[in-house]
Amino acid sequence: MKILNRLIMMAFLSIGGMAQAQEMRLAVTTSFHNSGLSDVLLPQIKADLGIEVQLLVVGTGQALKLGEAGDVDAILVHSRAAEEAFVAAGFGAHRREIMFNDFVLIGPDADPAEIRVAASASRALQMIADTENLFVSRGDESGTHKMERGLWQAAGVDTVAADTWYREAGSGMGATLNTASGMNAYVLADRASWLNFGNKGDLALLFAGDPVLFNQYAFLPINPALHPHVKVDLVAALEDWLTSDAAAELINGYKINGETLFTFNATPQ
Amino acid sequence: MVGSLDSHPPQASILPLRLTGACARVRGKPLVGPVDLTIGAEGLTIVMGPNGSGKTTLLRMMHGLQRVAEGEVCWNIPKRQALGRQAYVFQTPIMMRRRVMDSIAFPLILRGMGKMRARARASEWAQKIGLGDALSRPAPFLSGGEKQKLSLARALIFKPDILFLDEPCANLDGRATREIEAILLEAKAGGTRLVMATHDMGQARRLASDVVFMYGGKVHEKGPAEGFFKGPETREAAMFIKGEIVE
Amino acid sequence: MNELAQGLLDAWKLIFTLDRDLLEIVGLSLRVTLTAVAIASLIGLPLGAWLVVNRFRYRRATIAVLNALMGLPPVVVGLVVYLLLSRSGPFGVFGLLFTPAAMIIAQVIIITPMIASISHQVIRDLWADYHDLLLSLNASRWQRIKALLWDGRRALLTAMLAGFGRGIGEVGAIMIVGGNIDHNTRVLTTAISLETGKGNFAFAIGLGLVLIALAVSVNLIIHSLSKTERASNW
Repeated sequence: MKILNRLIMMAFLSIGGMAQAQEMRLAVTTSFHNSGLSDVLLPQIKADLGIEVQLLVVGTGQALKLGEAGDVDAILVHSRAAEEAFVAAGFGAHRREIMFNDFVLIGPDADPAEIRVAASASRALQMIADTENLFVSRGDESGTHKMERGLWQAAGVDTVAADTWYREAGSGMGATLNTASGMNAYVLADRASWLNFGNKGDLALLFAGDPVLFNQYAFLPINPALHPHVKVDLVAALEDWLTSDAAAELINGYKINGETLFTFNATPQ
Repeated sequence: MVGSLDSHPPQASILPLRLTGACARVRGKPLVGPVDLTIGAEGLTIVMGPNGSGKTTLLRMMHGLQRVAEGEVCWNIPKRQALGRQAYVFQTPIMMRRRVMDSIAFPLILRGMGKMRARARASEWAQKIGLGDALSRPAPFLSGGEKQKLSLARALIFKPDILFLDEPCANLDGRATREIEAILLEAKAGGTRLVMATHDMGQARRLASDVVFMYGGKVHEKGPAEGFFKGPETREAAMFIKGEIVE
Repeated sequence: MNELAQGLLDAWKLIFTLDRDLLEIVGLSLRVTLTAVAIASLIGLPLGAWLVVNRFRYRRATIAVLNALMGLPPVVVGLVVYLLLSRSGPFGVFGLLFTPAAMIIAQVIIITPMIASISHQVIRDLWADYHDLLLSLNASRWQRIKALLWDGRRALLTAMLAGFGRGIGEVGAIMIVGGNIDHNTRVLTTAISLETGKGNFAFAIGLGLVLIALAVSVNLIIHSLSKTERASNW
């Protein structure tokens, strides 16, 4: 029973050791976290501001939910329409654009649909649909998924009827890329996740550069009028930092394999 | 409670025990009874009878392990108080998964005695009963005779007013049987009332001060031992004493 | 299969360099699950014994429910705990969501039915042995439960270890209520899930091997501490 006593003591210790000052919670999208940029930004934020930003890495849909419930202090996501609705509904205090990256079309290196030579993103998708090559979708209501659905719409392809070649993974970017790699299928991914992805297999980057593929990230503080417990001061300090020259330098300078991933575009207020 | 273990303060005796029309049933089927019987303040009562005559059920009913379906089992004091002053030795020893010392000490611990003191008392009893060398051995690994001795020590350690024994020597050899009988006689001399079921006619003759003869779930005959063995009143008892089959 | 080999290599590297992040993750995994097992045992063991010793009207139903609850899907538990602890939920004011405490709560809910159910089965057998003796010695209800728990402790340890196994390998619930926050609520399973998501299979396998090694060593340590498998000690 000595073991039991020790266990009980541990229980109390673990409950006691939780409170620490200067922490705030930020819900971010998987794509942002998978890019590795957070590993560069967070230590600098801690050094400059003394704030420990705790990241909750989720899809845009869940990030918005966490914000609505007041379980995080701010969110950093990329789905403009949803963000504006979030602010309009009073959940977010405001929306501040920080930076953008871009989406890329990934597929088998052999490129059976020949999208490498496509003139536009929607044309590339049409070619995949016409040749009925396998395409894996996130299927999880994330920002990336919403972007992809917009692209299909613009391409005039009805994916609901296309169950022979259109597959919904219902999971995050990494898991979806794993699925695509396993099926040797086409997939839409953000450039950062793709570059950091370790299980590329036969997949290759086939199409990029169409301006419709640009992906804007925005910072949304949670409305303190709705959730009085949010750490307004820390959130404001973080927002100032994210839009500062120091952040601009880090974000623009972040490269994987020599490629720039993010472009800083915050405007001073 | 603890005080009663060290010395018997003047408190009301729990005896006599009176059974009045007491019946035991299993799923509505009559098993034993109706039994009218009085267990007086002193002596050693031997319960005899063929297999299935209801000896065990009778003992269990007196001890409170078998529900009394009809009639009454009454102690001299309220039943609740009487419960803690009885002990029972089962035919198949129930060995707790503990060491011998802790098994014997268990009833004292239940009665609120400190662990160290209870263990010291248990060792004394173990010595006395011939288990002194086995103190630290796991009780379930003892031999049959040792297990029965342990049961006896565990039953006697809290100085019960009455001790029920259900064929405690059924599976033992002559030597172990004699050792146990010696312990029983000592307990009897110390003022513990004994009620024992047995098959062993020799043992019954050696120990009994009075006899209850069970037959077909009923008390067929009862009385002082001497009279019973010399001149039983019923044909069945006479046959049983002679060792003939009683149908 | 290359990934498995690489994973083994990564695991060795992580363990032998005593990687700080790894130690932190292992430490939190242990802290969360051991605490949950301790609390679940404090509830589950007496509950299992109590269900054996007491006869009451809905006893059978309670036991059936308990057995069914053993199969609770962790994801559902996580979701429910999340909704309860969320700032918008009934216990939101405590601010427990995304903390180790929330993870402990979720795991207690997952583990307790398991410990209670296994201990109920273990103690039922012991009670069949002890029933007459404990009644004869006039043991109170609580004394009966205590004696059964104490004498059944070897088998009950197995129940606790089963609970530990379920807790340490569980990802669905703690991912939701813990949030897998780096340096804060990241444990082995959520880290494995994260690395798998990044396609870092080798590293994920490495962490998986650490997890298995951890589960095995905890079992061994507890067994040797309690000196089971040694007949001479009771």
